[in-house]
Amino acid sequence: MKDMTIHNNTTIALNDIPKLNYDNFMEGNLGLLSEKPERHCVLYFGCREDELLRLICCLADDETHLIHISSSLVNPSTVLPSFTAQNANFEKFERELHENFGLKYADHPWLKPLRYAYNRLDLSQTVENYPFCQSESEELHEVGVGPIHAGIIEPGHFRFICNGEQIMHLEIQLGYQHRGIEQLFLEKKKLLERTTLAENIAGDTTIGHTTAFVNLWESLCGFTPDRSLSFARTLAQELERIAIHTGDLSGVCTDIGYQLGHSVYGRLRTPIINFMQEWSGNRFGKGLIRAGKINYPFTPELAERLQAILKAYEPDFDEITEMFFHLLSTLSRMEKTGVVSYEKVLEIGTVGMSARMSGLNRDIRTSHPYNLYGSTIVHEPILKHHGDVYSRVQIRKQEIKQSIGYIRTLLENVPEFPKTENPILTAGGDIFVLSLVEGWRGEICHAAITDASGNLIVYKIKDPSHHNWMALAEAVQNNEISDFPICNKSFNLSYSGHDL
Amino acid sequence: MSSNIKIMWHQGKQYIPDVTTAKVPGIFRGRPVISTVKVNEDMLVDLCPTHAISANPICIDLGKCTFCGECAILFPEKIFFAKDCKLATNQRSRLIVREGEDQPVTLNPNMVRDEIRRIFGRSLKLRQVSAGGDNSCEMELNATNNVNFDMSRFGIDFVASPRHADGLVITGPITANMAEPLERCYNAVPNPKIIILAGTDAISGGIFADSPALNRDFLSRHTIDLYVPGNPVHPLTFINGVLSLLRK
Ligand code: SF4
Repeated sequence: MKDMTIHNNTTIALNDIPKLNYDNFMEGNLGLLSEKPERHCVLYFGCREDELLRLICCLADDETHLIHISSSLVNPSTVLPSFTAQNANFEKFERELHENFGLKYADHPWLKPLRYAYNRLDLSQTVENYPFCQSESEELHEVGVGPIHAGIIEPGHFRFICNGEQIMHLEIQLGYQHRGIEQLFLEKKKLLERTTLAENIAGDTTIGHTTAFVNLWESLCGFTPDRSLSFARTLAQELERIAIHTGDLSGVCTDIGYQLGHSVYGRLRTPIINFMQEWSGNRFGKGLIRAGKINYPFTPELAERLQAILKAYEPDFDEITEMFFHLLSTLSRMEKTGVVSYEKVLEIGTVGMSARMSGLNRDIRTSHPYNLYGSTIVHEPILKHHGDVYSRVQIRKQEIKQSIGYIRTLLENVPEFPKTENPILTAGGDIFVLSLVEGWRGEICHAAITDASGNLIVYKIKDPSHHNWMALAEAVQNNEISDFPICNKSFNLSYSGHDL
Repeated sequence: MSSNIKIMWHQGKQYIPDVTTAKVPGIFRGRPVISTVKVNEDMLVDLCPTHAISANPICIDLGKCTFCGECAILFPEKIFFAKDCKLATNQRSRLIVREGEDQPVTLNPNMVRDEIRRIFGRSLKLRQVSAGGDNSCEMELNATNNVNFDMSRFGIDFVASPRHADGLVITGPITANMAEPLERCYNAVPNPKIIILAGTDAISGGIFADSPALNRDFLSRHTIDLYVPGNPVHPLTFINGVLSLLRK
């Protein structure tokens, strides 16, 4: 197949993306993925060109560090064969194309609404009348949970089909959080507005999403960040990883009913996010990551503070972890609970932790390095093989320790932070750019297309949860419904990141 | 058992003894203080991503501000953010901070309904509804009850069912897709009940204010008892806000 290859954060002229006829486009992309676990689709989306729709497919190759890009011009009213029938990685992407542009597929197995976007084509489909999979059997019953849940979390609906206590099938209906972010990116013209949008895609991944945005924006404007900016972004990402992973360990303890772990991990998150507060004035780092500049330089005093905080964090973390990972009562709840096999994660196309838990090595920090990854930090992904709650919890435990190590490496050489002025950033015209970041959940992808005068005409965001929700549905099959909370927590996926 | 006690011992004292006087560590963009210095007002008004700044006189609306801090960075002689974390009030107009004024944000005592203090003064159970919230406000509301902030000591708790609740805490700009579930949840709470808006997104829509994907009609149909600004709300802001509503 004729395609273009680019690296993470490089731009190409829109015209250089080859336009293929749909059959070649489909065959070529599916062929690239066939029998190649190191390749996966990071983004597949549509862009209007007059009456037609241009489909653009981006496949990342983790071994060559390249991203293959190809496109096809189709008439949205024709019926097409789906990619999904042959490769489930495309399931949500094609549902989105169907929902937003009315693209029809002859053989898509699951062509249901995705997020009930306000600008969807068919407004008669509403969030209240989602077509759930139903069972005719008299033996089975359904359990509906949500959109509002018992705890303080985001909304989404879970529909279980159960045989007694056993889950036969889980269907996850999302869209409640849809705020129209991608469209707002086009309508809001100022950089600060767009940065604020990026910060609010998913508040638990403020640093991850904002970094994806600013890396993209700087590439689009031909601006090369100096070491201090890359340093701040890398450091903030590892801090975010530690904070959220620690909070998740606390959450898993809560769902098991292990009170001591809940309290200790919960309180251990506090010094990390309070450090973010000291650095940036916000516990989630809102306000910290900016394109072309930084308002809150990382000073030697902050470096000293952070060393001290990590020094105090580690022994307490090790102590509770030693206990938590050796209690029979906690282990028996986690081991072999919510299993997703290697074959399944590959089929679904999961990313990040939800891939590494089952031995699928996907980590953008290694495969498509950016900021200081690949130079100051040579990342070695942590892999587990059982795909159960225990694997997901172990990954968190080890990644926390790994991130502490990375932060110590970074702190050995804190760059000077020059006083930054507001840089003049002007986006280039007729450009396509794609930015990948490994957030704590996994691969975040942002992409943009500009018109001839540099205005944004497409802005696409893909949170790792896009791929990973299906893994949760798989994980709970044949488990008891009472294990759903711990399975859910062990994935901790984003509703707002999915719904945009 | 003994090792459990050891672990507990090693945590030391984590709770904040007096949340009403506690300070946020490091930088905190709390209540803005605006000087009367003359600056390029058009530029100042224009730079704000959420139209929180208005001119004649220069004001910042805490219900719209995302606390990004950009205005204070570019116009340090005009605006600085005090570390004051008590930002909640029950009257929308009191969230507007004017130039030349350096007053704490307080509640309007005449607007607090009688039954709130009488019935909920010593026990308040809240049901949280996220309606497009990005999960940061939600995490901070969870944090209000961790071992540091321990809001339960005041008899204020989050509960699982609206049937057990005395009121709603809403986060997020209220998406159209959540409008119906929110209304239903509100109806399921027994009377009398209160509504608290937590975070800039809930109070004004924040950066999403002009998105067609929202439906904020709920707010025009019901009385709001407390506005708690922040992006996200800091646990201290929330706890102090609710306490000021419940207790004189
Ligand atoms: S801090 Fe608030 S008022 Fe100032 S620019 Fe940011 S959003 Fe606007």
